[in-house]
Amino acid sequence: MRPAGRGETDSLYFDYPCFDAPEKARGATLSEPTPVAIVGAGPVGMTAALALAREGIRSVLFDNKSTFNDGSRAICVARESFYILERLGAVAPFVEKALGWTTGRSFYRGQQILEFNMPDGPSEKFRPMYNIQQQYIELYLWQAVSDSDLIETRWQSEVIGVRNTSDGAILTIRDTNGTYTIAADWLLAADGARSPVRGMLGRRLAGENHEGRYVIADVQMNHDYPTIRRALFDPACRPGGTVLIHRQPDNIWRIDYQLTENEDADEATREDVVRRNVEAVLSEIGHDGPWELEWWSIYSANTLALDDYRDGRVFFIGDSAHIVPIFGVRGLNNGLADAQNIAWKLGWVMRGKAGTDLLDSYSPERRGATLDVFENATKSARFMTPPSHGWRVMRDAALSLALDHDFAGKLANPRQMTPYTYGESPVVCPDDPAFENGPEPGKVIPEARLQQGYLSDHLGPGFNVICFGADLAQELEDRLAAEDDIRVLSLPARSEAAHVFGAARTAAYLVRPDRHVAARWHQARATSVITAYRKATCNNGAEA
Amino acid sequence: MTPTELESVYEALATTIDQVGESKTELFLAKLTLLLAERVGDTPTVLRSIRDSARSL
Repeated sequence: MRPAGRGETDSLYFDYPCFDAPEKARGATLSEPTPVAIVGAGPVGMTAALALAREGIRSVLFDNKSTFNDGSRAICVARESFYILERLGAVAPFVEKALGWTTGRSFYRGQQILEFNMPDGPSEKFRPMYNIQQQYIELYLWQAVSDSDLIETRWQSEVIGVRNTSDGAILTIRDTNGTYTIAADWLLAADGARSPVRGMLGRRLAGENHEGRYVIADVQMNHDYPTIRRALFDPACRPGGTVLIHRQPDNIWRIDYQLTENEDADEATREDVVRRNVEAVLSEIGHDGPWELEWWSIYSANTLALDDYRDGRVFFIGDSAHIVPIFGVRGLNNGLADAQNIAWKLGWVMRGKAGTDLLDSYSPERRGATLDVFENATKSARFMTPPSHGWRVMRDAALSLALDHDFAGKLANPRQMTPYTYGESPVVCPDDPAFENGPEPGKVIPEARLQQGYLSDHLGPGFNVICFGADLAQELEDRLAAEDDIRVLSLPARSEAAHVFGAARTAAYLVRPDRHVAARWHQARATSVITAYRKATCNNGAEA
Repeated sequence: MTPTELESVYEALATTIDQVGESKTELFLAKLTLLLAERVGDTPTVLRSIRDSARSL
């Protein structure tokens, strides 16, 4: 919502573009079949389109709007998402614009009880977290999408019908010029929390609604505080409630404040009430200068997901598949990971580089990630907004104790999430127990300094085998087939990378295109690596 | 812990509960439990004590 007199996209700092519907004259070609249709040109849909384009796959994006999201909404982009954006060749404007951060502070009744730092250091290419408004996320992705010859975007195009067939999906589209149908080999539903595609296919989200509603408001002001996430528990301005404060680019500050049970949602989102409540928060954090209200919305914490992220030829990605509470900042970040996961797999299957069974690993891997978020977010939500008397008593006890005892402050840690380990995936090999440390199969590989840059700079676009001895590397080069999309990296046995991978000269890691470890060996043999590559790409039946 | 020592703990608890007042008793006891748990450092003993204390209320 915006202040009176300003339209939905009338922002203080962002010029919204207006995208036309496809031209009527092109009506005949609109029905031409497409390899992949993507419904929803938000951050998740555009990331999927870009990730498919990277695999050489054409797609058509449909969006019922004529511009980007009306408000800033998701603002926290995690380190792992920066790697996804980097892989798409789209990370540069994000690095330039976003505000990186590592630190969070929690306060109880005005007194600091906890300062936490997320892991960071000179061996890391990206900061653990970045703040940037969703409009910029969409704008920067859009710049990459519009530069791609493989992506066609149709704005003001609403999907009003969808059905699975034996070898694809048929969509019915309505735009300003009329209605048409289009056939796609595959469909990605990135159409958000209220996903019409999900509804049309008769699928329902299942899960829980948590206690606690928050008003989220963006204000513009000159406020002198570093990019540190602040959580205020039981502050004077909202007795018994919780307030979160994030800095964003362009002097925009995100204020989230919890509503009490007695506050009516309609009244709480009225402009004068929002202004009064925001003013009280700003006064509490010592901001007495002028400020402007940019945008606000209301939010409640849910943990909802589909039982299966696949329905025939349709895959659900992002909020259409799962709705998570904000506290773990995993809504957008998990959506981007969904998009990357399905896009490389679909690309590999469509290009004949992987067996179709690979697609069946999407749902267990990414739904597992959602359930992991649920577990952590449920804990965070219980602390932020205790659901019952018992949880409230203990939360207050921990906060009160934390004023004088550091150990209790740790209970207020918001559990910023690390990437999920695909431990139960059908295409990830069991671990080699000979390793004492380093990333086990299913985990994302760590970063390390290498030569003048970072390990990730040296990865090839497909699979990678990271070796620490030249003999194995040479043997692999000799035995891999020309069509295998796999790069062999031979790293020094005495290097930072060897250290973080817990690797001796004989070790090897097989790393997927999404940087998750598919398999690892303490004493690697070329045949084992090649067999694991076949398994990870579901080419078990293919000739080695 | 001798009977005398236990008695001194009992008395300290009784007088402190009166001092903090009825409205803060619950919060006080919850804080005390967390702090003791951390200082005892023996999770099974603490969890068993929580179960034992919930009996015969």
